[in-house]
Amino acid sequence: MGMTITEKILARAAGKDAVRPGELVNAAIDVVMCHDVTAPAAISMLKEHGIDNVFDTEKIVVTPDHYQPAKDIKSAELHKRLDDWAKEKGIKHYYPVGKAGVCHALLPEQGHIRPGEVIVGGDSHTCTYGAFAAFSTGIGSTDSAAVIATGRLWFKVPVSMKIVLNGSLPTGVYSKDVILEVIRLIGVDGARYKAMEFVGPALGDMSMEARMTMTNMAIEAGGKNGIIAFDETTKRYLDEHLKDKADYTVYESDTDAEYDSVVQVNCSHLEPMVAAPYLPSNGRPISECAGLKMDQTYIGSCTNGRIEDMRIAAQILKGGKVAIRTIVVPATPVVWRQAMDEGLFEIFYDAGCVISAPTCGACLGGFMGVLAEGEKCVSTTNRNFVGRMGHPKSEVYLASPATAAASAVEGKLTDPRTYM
Amino acid sequence: MAKAHVYDRDHINTDEIIPARYLNTDDVGELAKHCMEGLDADFVKKCSPGDIIVAGHDFGCGSSREHAVWAIQGAKVGAVIAQSFARIFYRNAINCGFYVIELPDALEKINDGDGIEIDYKAGLIKNETTGKDIQFKALPDFALEIIRDGGLLEHIKKK
Repeated sequence: MGMTITEKILARAAGKDAVRPGELVNAAIDVVMCHDVTAPAAISMLKEHGIDNVFDTEKIVVTPDHYQPAKDIKSAELHKRLDDWAKEKGIKHYYPVGKAGVCHALLPEQGHIRPGEVIVGGDSHTCTYGAFAAFSTGIGSTDSAAVIATGRLWFKVPVSMKIVLNGSLPTGVYSKDVILEVIRLIGVDGARYKAMEFVGPALGDMSMEARMTMTNMAIEAGGKNGIIAFDETTKRYLDEHLKDKADYTVYESDTDAEYDSVVQVNCSHLEPMVAAPYLPSNGRPISECAGLKMDQTYIGSCTNGRIEDMRIAAQILKGGKVAIRTIVVPATPVVWRQAMDEGLFEIFYDAGCVISAPTCGACLGGFMGVLAEGEKCVSTTNRNFVGRMGHPKSEVYLASPATAAASAVEGKLTDPRTYM
Repeated sequence: MAKAHVYDRDHINTDEIIPARYLNTDDVGELAKHCMEGLDADFVKKCSPGDIIVAGHDFGCGSSREHAVWAIQGAKVGAVIAQSFARIFYRNAINCGFYVIELPDALEKINDGDGIEIDYKAGLIKNETTGKDIQFKALPDFALEIIRDGGLLEHIKKK
């Protein structure tokens, strides 16, 4: 019986020739990501339990991102605990404020993500890195503490689900629209405990940035991980970004690998999508919701805060003016610098947007664009749960950077294709 | 006797269990004050030590924030019984030594306000109000061992 990429990576990490779905394995971890919300607690737990050991100072990547730069005294204290620990332990890959960025944009960009590896992080969107044919999944603080100390973690090998992306992306339709359609089709628990393996010709239209938008949202369907096979696009990105450790192993799913289910999406027929409150599965085509008045636009996050997203938004905002407050958040300092160098900041500034430092910020209702009671925000982020970006009676509409930018100009949900 | 607080809803997510605006601390006492606030602002007032939360499918979906489990533990909730759980929440709960019970017909067998007693080892819920016993599938041995040791780190230390 053949194996999927996910099964092959977990087998390798557990030192086995083969694994089957449902099997419990004790896997060696290649990279663990730590940020300001979940890692300080992990560090405190280790201290309380008298565990001083750090399994490998080169395999831990640390960045404050959720509330960086510190938004208040309490978050400053979280940052201080993270900072003290990273320095005390000599963590090699530590990105303090100035170098810090939204973790899931930062790690691939800084060359910490390699195919075939097992990557975990104290954040549910850690599934993002599966775009690089790696197994990656989100964990809590206790698991983070266990990994930091031992470098290992137990996993139940997930069954795999195949998502076939047929056709090609029409103008104005992006990978964000595709993943919103997938989640609409299968529901927010449609992939619960499963590996979501994306395949199909439409992937050929997608850059690594675009693919990361999809694997990022695997968790919004309940997935354990999202994964995409290695190809020329992956290789080009890695050639550009990998630094000290440039070797990696590429695994491919066998032709007789087993899938629990197969979902077919014809991307050629897709429209720009908007997911209405209060679930990411409430997706609908823009033609069914255009015209709904918004109060704010948010362009950023680990889903859509990369340079490609900045370019897409800028293209629509160029020469225009926003009708509602619009917050642009480049996800990392490198994206920030690149957007500035490419003249995108001029476009955002002239259009009347505010440009923020890299942060998770308002995506989770932290700061830098929190919503008041009754306000509606069109956002390029990944969750539209009750109170996600602020007041429990505020509303979040998830969309692509193009749809968000077009809606910013009109002040209401707008089909971006009218600007193309 | 523990009282059941029933929320007849699927996908009760971590933003409802502990809204992100409170994540600037990991102090359990502080988090406990806001337990379930996004769903039911009065929950903390209503909940007595040992009470049980009962819910539909996919409980705890969303973020990996263990703060969701800590808030529930801090509010002295005895266990969560749900038709099903989101993966990371379920794992975090076990790692924290907190009981989570998957019961597909939870909403049919338990009503809001019912008195509940749970025998974890036997996999048995006694509904004192309806007088009926409800069997549930006990956690796998390794998970029960982690919970009995008081969480994953204690478990690792013991080993």
